Amino acid sequence: MELVPVLARWLHFLAGIMWIGLLYYFNFVQVPALKAAAADGTAPGITKHVAPRALLYFRWSAVVTWLAGAALLGSNFGSAFMLAKGYAGIGIGAWLGTIMLFNVWALIWPNQQKILGLKPATDEEKNKARRVALLASRTNMMLSIPMLFFMAGGLTHKAAFGL
Amino acid sequence: MKNPLDSIWGTIISGLVLTAILYYVVKSVLM
Repeated sequence: MELVPVLARWLHFLAGIMWIGLLYYFNFVQVPALKAAAADGTAPGITKHVAPRALLYFRWSAVVTWLAGAALLGSNFGSAFMLAKGYAGIGIGAWLGTIMLFNVWALIWPNQQKILGLKPATDEEKNKARRVALLASRTNMMLSIPMLFFMAGGLTHKAAFGL
Repeated sequence: MKNPLDSIWGTIISGLVLTAILYYVVKSVLM
């Protein structure tokens, strides 16, 4: 038994569940909860105590997921990302995951820092940041659906692609 | 037209449609 792929797959699943779990938490729970909380003045409880912690685990579990996935691909890394013959399924999954990681660090986190007051921003900048962060988060939720379909098959996906 | 990503259901349906499109591309073009 090769130890590295076994540990990499385990870590990829653990971190991936935390990442996508928190993504679904944001979209299914926190966004609607903040709307309701804003109406009765309790939103600061969420934005001060919950959101920063959720974002901390969210963005770092994304990094760990990607690195463990890269380790799991090992020598297949290049073939997967170049969508080589027989690798297109997992390659599409890997590309979708990579785009999602980019969205986390380049769009969601910098804009959330403005929204939560961790970085100085005017009200107008905060409103723009809210829109960009929401759309980036929703984009990731949309991409997670095909990403998990292609990832779930690993390198073979025999049932779906007849390899 | 409303942005489908503004609603949870629009997002989920967009994801399912994208899955079908990418599945078709992988199966018929890239394999």
